[in-house]
Amino acid sequence: MKIKKSTVMTVIVHLIAWTVALFWILPFMGVFMASIRPYSEIIHGWWDFSSFHPTFDNFIKAWNHRDFPLSRGVINSLIVAVPSTFIPLLVGALAGYAFARFSFPIKNYIFLTVVLLMSLPQQSIAVPLYQMMSKFHLVDTFLGLILVHSAWGLPWIILFMRNFFSALPVEIEEAARVDGASYFKIFYKIVLPMSLPALASVIVLQFMWVWNDLFMALILIYSDPMKLATQRLIYIGKTGYYHLDWSVLSAASVIVMVVPILIFVLLQKYYIKGMVGWTIKG
Amino acid sequence: MMIFVVFPILNTIYISFLSSDGKFVGLQNYAEVLESKKMFNLEGFPKAPPLGAFIHNMIWILIHLPLSIFSGLILAVILKDVKGAPIIKTLIFLGMVTPMVVGGLIIRYTFEKDVGIVNGLLSLIGLENLTRSWTAYPDTALFALIFGSVWLWTGFSMILYSAGLATIPKDYYEAAKVDGASSLKMFYRITLPLLRPITITVITMTILYELKIFDVVLVATYGGPGEASNVLAFQMWLYAFRYFEFNKAAVVASLLTVLTIVVTIPMIKFMVKKS
Repeated sequence: MKIKKSTVMTVIVHLIAWTVALFWILPFMGVFMASIRPYSEIIHGWWDFSSFHPTFDNFIKAWNHRDFPLSRGVINSLIVAVPSTFIPLLVGALAGYAFARFSFPIKNYIFLTVVLLMSLPQQSIAVPLYQMMSKFHLVDTFLGLILVHSAWGLPWIILFMRNFFSALPVEIEEAARVDGASYFKIFYKIVLPMSLPALASVIVLQFMWVWNDLFMALILIYSDPMKLATQRLIYIGKTGYYHLDWSVLSAASVIVMVVPILIFVLLQKYYIKGMVGWTIKG
Repeated sequence: MMIFVVFPILNTIYISFLSSDGKFVGLQNYAEVLESKKMFNLEGFPKAPPLGAFIHNMIWILIHLPLSIFSGLILAVILKDVKGAPIIKTLIFLGMVTPMVVGGLIIRYTFEKDVGIVNGLLSLIGLENLTRSWTAYPDTALFALIFGSVWLWTGFSMILYSAGLATIPKDYYEAAKVDGASSLKMFYRITLPLLRPITITVITMTILYELKIFDVVLVATYGGPGEASNVLAFQMWLYAFRYFEFNKAAVVASLLTVLTIVVTIPMIKFMVKKS
């Protein structure tokens, strides 16, 4: 009797879990379905399969959009996201190492400031940032956006790397120092190779953050050919003031979201470790 | 980091006390912004939105915080003993990985009349008279976005709680079972207390998310219709980069800065105490 009761429970729990999952991905299914079908076919809902003609047209239309080709947007986003990932990675790893291994007087205060900075919205810096950037003629340049993203990503990267380095055993480093290795040599030859998993977490999270960002791009990039992929989604698919071609817009959305989703699915271990690391262990 | 982050934060607060021609005017900008209907629009309350950006953010927190945290916790607990849980978790977590712009577009599409699945499901259960473009009406736009953002964000608390549950030793439950504790009692006496540190983090991060909400509003409703789904972060952007009233924008930004700091301090205190 007892076994039977728990089997029923197991079945119910499985049923609930998979039903929830099914409902949860319905909106994603919708976008996917809309993207592979002509708009005329989905105006009564993408779940209407009375006629079903899968096509690649929407993707081609979005990719070669007349005014805002997504092809250009994807390239622009890569031009911004790659350096915006590796610059703060390098600086943040060094700073995090310093925080973990050396003690200096105001260390704890700097550290608390870093945590506070992580929590602030981008709006907190937008106005002065824009004014400063126009003074340096960096508005509407990729360089400006890269600098801002690098600086904005630094706090959490420093914190995350510090936590990682703090957990590494210092004995190996001490042994190397006895053998006469310099700090930098120890860092590059011993510490960095050991920290590859942590660096992977930083790369995954920071790249996705920059790729997904809209606000910074919106306030710093203005000319059409320079606009990033996320910015272009505001224009693609518009067929009138109110009207949208959901098929083309869905195709564009799929292209923009497939990059972070692929990274997530392939490198899930590092993503989760990074996210759990900088939120829980803090 | 100093140049691009710390200095601008302080400068924002400084600008919020200046007039547009650079004179010090004290709290005048604050008075103007806080008195405007864009921030508080409570005449004749209770009523449907627009209620002002500040109130909208508060409503966002009031609805989104409990919903996303509880559903994340419940999912984490249920999925602990489900076959294929990693797949389900990945599916639910997709909302967190998706760019918020795309998230906003999907929300709008999902709630749209005729083409959106929400209306499709309503028709299916015989509520055809309720179908409409939910984001296009002032009384429903804000709530459609809030529920949409619950859908996007629940993966966050689910993953953190899952990670937390995995750290609770099985012996605790076995010992409790020997003592004859019910599963509900075990949940309240063992699971919840041990998850407390995670709950503090999840609450903090979720409120921060609710205060920062921007992309979703911009693409799904543009704060409308008639400012009915306007929020602080979006209003700040409108002030600064649509009306070029930098001082007023700085006021909203400073308010956001203060709010986020107030929200973060308890978490920092907790972290300091722990170490």
